[in-house]
Amino acid sequence: MSSPSVAQIDPTGGRPPRTTTWAGFALPGVGWLIAFFVVPVYAVMAVAFGSVDPILRTPQPAWNPLAWDFSAMSSLLDRVFGGDLGKVFLRTFSFVFLALAGCILIGYPVAYFVARKASRSRSMLLALLVLPFWISYLMRMLAWTNLLQQDGYVNQVLQWFQLMDEPRNWLDGDWPTVVIGLTYGYIPFFILPLYSALERIDGRLIEAGRDLGASSFQTFVRITLPLSVPGLLAASVITILPMFGDYYTNSYLTSGSPRTEMVGNQIEFFLRGSSQPQTGASLVLVLMVFLFVLMVYYLRTTMKAQRESER
Amino acid sequence: MRLFRSRHGRAKWLATITWLYVLWSLLPVLVAVRISLNSGKSRSTFQSPSFRWYWGDTTSSVWHDDTLHTAMWNTMKLAVLCMLIATPLGVAMAIGLQRWRGKVSTGANTLMLVPIVTPEIVFGVALFIVFTQVYTGLPGGITTQLLGHVTFTLSFVVVIIRGRLTAIGSQYEEAARDLGATKFQALRLVLLPMLGPAIFASLMVVFATSVDDFVISSFLSTGASTETVPIKIYSGARAGSTPALNALATVMLLVTLLAVALAGLVMRRMRTHGDQDASLAGLTV
Repeated sequence: MSSPSVAQIDPTGGRPPRTTTWAGFALPGVGWLIAFFVVPVYAVMAVAFGSVDPILRTPQPAWNPLAWDFSAMSSLLDRVFGGDLGKVFLRTFSFVFLALAGCILIGYPVAYFVARKASRSRSMLLALLVLPFWISYLMRMLAWTNLLQQDGYVNQVLQWFQLMDEPRNWLDGDWPTVVIGLTYGYIPFFILPLYSALERIDGRLIEAGRDLGASSFQTFVRITLPLSVPGLLAASVITILPMFGDYYTNSYLTSGSPRTEMVGNQIEFFLRGSSQPQTGASLVLVLMVFLFVLMVYYLRTTMKAQRESER
Repeated sequence: MRLFRSRHGRAKWLATITWLYVLWSLLPVLVAVRISLNSGKSRSTFQSPSFRWYWGDTTSSVWHDDTLHTAMWNTMKLAVLCMLIATPLGVAMAIGLQRWRGKVSTGANTLMLVPIVTPEIVFGVALFIVFTQVYTGLPGGITTQLLGHVTFTLSFVVVIIRGRLTAIGSQYEEAARDLGATKFQALRLVLLPMLGPAIFASLMVVFATSVDDFVISSFLSTGASTETVPIKIYSGARAGSTPALNALATVMLLVTLLAVALAGLVMRRMRTHGDQDASLAGLTV
């Protein structure tokens, strides 16, 4: 697809491109990923579709796909569709959905302002937006466990404004606490990619809209917003993927209350709390299948952008 | 919608939301830092300032509690080793993937990107299973945690370096080749120095990611001696803890910010081209 004029001025001066040397550069990294990413994920499948030692209860992985036994998976799927785990999945989806809504409601105006409106304060604001990346996630959650104690600052402020009569017990399995925690935790991961997408929008298009008589609200709705949709989607996907696997935010902020349990908690429980690695491994696979569309979407858009920038 | 129609395109309410967000994103952390300086046991209300939880308290301050020491030492060791392994591995991989053409290369490139979209819990479970079922000869704890951290951070390095390679283009190396440099001389004498800022950005990102990691460290932890700071913060809050946790978190925060500031200074010195902030480009993928 590259334009012919570029192709004709061949910078290599007609030398045949030899790429085997470069493959050698990539080899150690590729080998590492095969050993510590591909093989482990395959091991999850082997354990999920293997068997369990009847006496020791240890997993007997089935390495040969022809010997895979799907009975454990099918009984797990019964629990997911209509059983006790279905509720956990539903709760996980609700939490992630609400937290994403929070990220968009707060994050879009912020990203939009910094990318397109802030001129003098932009570099300072950018530094402040990046700052949470350098602060440990669990420290940011620790901060909330301080703030949300019964006698903590949040209750004090709410009571001072007379928005509440009694101090609220935020940290005892209260679902809004989880949604606030997830939003707070992941919003930096949402704002930055959205910022860079909004910043790349051609300003001349917006100016043209203004010149043709549209109000700034109309130009936003009819030009900026539609042009930002791919960036908004990518930012949303990269934010909710880790959220779906989160199990520490909710259990940290609600002292492990079963009322706010997410899929990740069940996975952790099967693998570490009780020794049921086969069930845990199967549940990981179910989660991955649920997330497959999102993962593929993000991979495809990233690779397309990569190809375009390297053209 | 009057609000949108403020003159000169300056939207006051957008600015208000933005600054409120910045305040909201950082204020809780500042409160946590303040509580680390509390003289009392309370983790919610501040009594009076003291360094009790840093070194004053003879049993449970960061200085005197051995388990907190161990956690801090483990975290630092992991982060530094991870930096030293993941960065060179990732730089070589980025250069290789950029130039190696063909079907296999596309596959390798996809494989490199998959870890970025994989939820960490999948990493944690997969590594936990592989180290208990397949690579059983490896000593558990720090070694397996390190292998996990490198796997998790490798792709970030590749993405950051590739972005920079694309920005540099091939003309500098070709000029070097035309002036008689071999392929490897051009790489070593021209390309690598130009990659300097991006390499520093990678080091920073790898360090911060490793220090921050909870899931992988936790799944591969084999007991108290292999706990890291995030694990300590996580498990500490449940068992009626003291502001020593806040002090521990604050110390780690200062170490990270110091490292980032240092790397930022070095990068500023190295940067010769006015390209986009490499660290930002890396974070936004």
